[in-house]
Amino acid sequence: MTQLIEIRDVSKIYERGKQKVEVLHHVHLDVAQGEFLALMGPSGSGKTTLLNLIGGLDSPSGGSISVGGQRIDTLGAGALAKWRASQVGFVFQFYNLMPMLSAQRNVELPLLLTKLSSAERRKRAAIALELVGLADRASHKPAELSGGQQQRVSIARAIVSDPTLLVCDEPTGDLDRQSAQDVLALLRALNRDHGKTIVMVTHDPKAAEYANHTLHLDKGTLVEQATA
Amino acid sequence: MKYLHLIWASLFRRKTRTILTLVSIVAAFLLFGLLDAVRTSFAEAGQSANGAQRLQTGSRLSFIQLLPQSLQARIAQVPGVKIVTYANWFGGAYQDPHNQVFSFAVAPNYLDVYPEMAVSDAERKTFDATRTGALVGEGLAQRFHWKVGDRIPMQSTIFPDRSGSKNWTFDVSGIIHSTDKKASGFFDQLLLLHWTYFDETTPYNRGQVGWYVTRVSDVNQADRVAKAIDALSANSDHETRTLTEQAATAAWMKQLADIGLIVSSIMGAVFFTLMLLAGNTMMQAVRERTGELAVLKTIGFTSTSVLAMVLVESVLLLVLGGVLGIALAEPLIPLISHASRGMLSLAPVGIGSWALGGALMLGIGVLVGALPAWSAMRLNIVDALARR
Repeated sequence: MTQLIEIRDVSKIYERGKQKVEVLHHVHLDVAQGEFLALMGPSGSGKTTLLNLIGGLDSPSGGSISVGGQRIDTLGAGALAKWRASQVGFVFQFYNLMPMLSAQRNVELPLLLTKLSSAERRKRAAIALELVGLADRASHKPAELSGGQQQRVSIARAIVSDPTLLVCDEPTGDLDRQSAQDVLALLRALNRDHGKTIVMVTHDPKAAEYANHTLHLDKGTLVEQATA
Repeated sequence: MKYLHLIWASLFRRKTRTILTLVSIVAAFLLFGLLDAVRTSFAEAGQSANGAQRLQTGSRLSFIQLLPQSLQARIAQVPGVKIVTYANWFGGAYQDPHNQVFSFAVAPNYLDVYPEMAVSDAERKTFDATRTGALVGEGLAQRFHWKVGDRIPMQSTIFPDRSGSKNWTFDVSGIIHSTDKKASGFFDQLLLLHWTYFDETTPYNRGQVGWYVTRVSDVNQADRVAKAIDALSANSDHETRTLTEQAATAAWMKQLADIGLIVSSIMGAVFFTLMLLAGNTMMQAVRERTGELAVLKTIGFTSTSVLAMVLVESVLLLVLGGVLGIALAEPLIPLISHASRGMLSLAPVGIGSWALGGALMLGIGVLVGALPAWSAMRLNIVDALARR
């Protein structure tokens, strides 16, 4: 199986004033193309830090990270931004939608970074909203949507530019049980039917059941692997 | 352009705050439009095609110092002089001391030097033949409901008659119609009386004139003619200073006040305050949107593009308010000129004012947006998302 993500001996140290805090210690990890990986662990275990490194939001203090054959740990800020725009889709716990834009405009945001015409952007955003089952909510602002609907708009935004990788940080953390199940089912469908590679951080074992592979982090170190 | 909807939505994220800031910007640029009209009017005072052919000769010492009437014949002999006339300030009030009237006691050929003051032949004849005759500007006549044939009492602020009374009486002989739109505010409010009547009636004058006005044959010779006129009175007790009409007007106005400095000082204070206000608005706006800006960077917007968007937002705020403010000044200016009853003849908002206003909008927009844009650019994604 082709490895999409290859993490070799990655460490991450944060400096808080004079104190240095090592959040990740020599992590080795492979994520295959088309895999749905759940990262679990207690608070402060480094799972969000690892997710940020995989998503190119941060750079490791040591080691290397390759995604799709591209070494992202050596990229500068501008190059990383460009890489993220085309390769990664992000789904956050608190949705992080623009409150003053409609669902349609929120989903279009990543496409503003492309050379697509406005008509093409609208069309692709409409398709993404259709995929997540919210075509009839395109003109609604986030405040007019439920938590589950907002998260689905967030997922539509994450997939609209057809990225290779979806990075999800506690995507169901702020949702009720039913909405959580709907969102997780959607992520599973994106993985199984559309071949998206998904790395999801969660503290909910029930959410992890939707993944086909679960890893545990404790104090910055991978401690076990479990395959669904 | 494709980011415009995002920038626009960000600008009006907090509608009340943005609208209140916009109102302040509109007020500032409205004031700018009005004050720039004042500055332009003062700077352009005396500028006209006819004015370019006229020289004003007054006392070198002070504009209240009088000159001998005998100087007229000598000035007329200077090569390049086409015609020379003279006038005195009368300074009258009608019925109420607050109703000040711009009134000059003028030589018989005064109108020949000012073709922009049009009076019908018949009315001019009547004026010439009437010792107590007065020619009144159209606006002045309308203001006090005067018509030709009316006998009007005026109170001089300075000159009594030989019995000591400051009450004068004039017969309205004709109406002055101004043919110069720029200067019409001034000519419209004038009252002209005969210098002879003035000189014979008041004991204060004794054959003296306030100033001479000379029309030159060739505009290009104006400088030489001016020097030649002043040479006539060199080393005498009535030394003169001869200037073009524009320079004379500017010099006279400068004696009242340095209008340019006053306007610049007021606008400087206004725009400084505006910068603080708009700067505060932008800083608040960016601080509130830390998470959203982090999300944009997460999606792939570069730091430079985030900086640019915040700067454009700031400039857009200034441009929206500024354009509206200056546009509001345009219809207000003629209203103010009209309401001033000729005291002010404000220039309309021209290309110069728009250009200067535009530069100010851009400059202030960039200045107030610089710091928030810099903060947005330097935003750390991980830290900003964690704060959410």
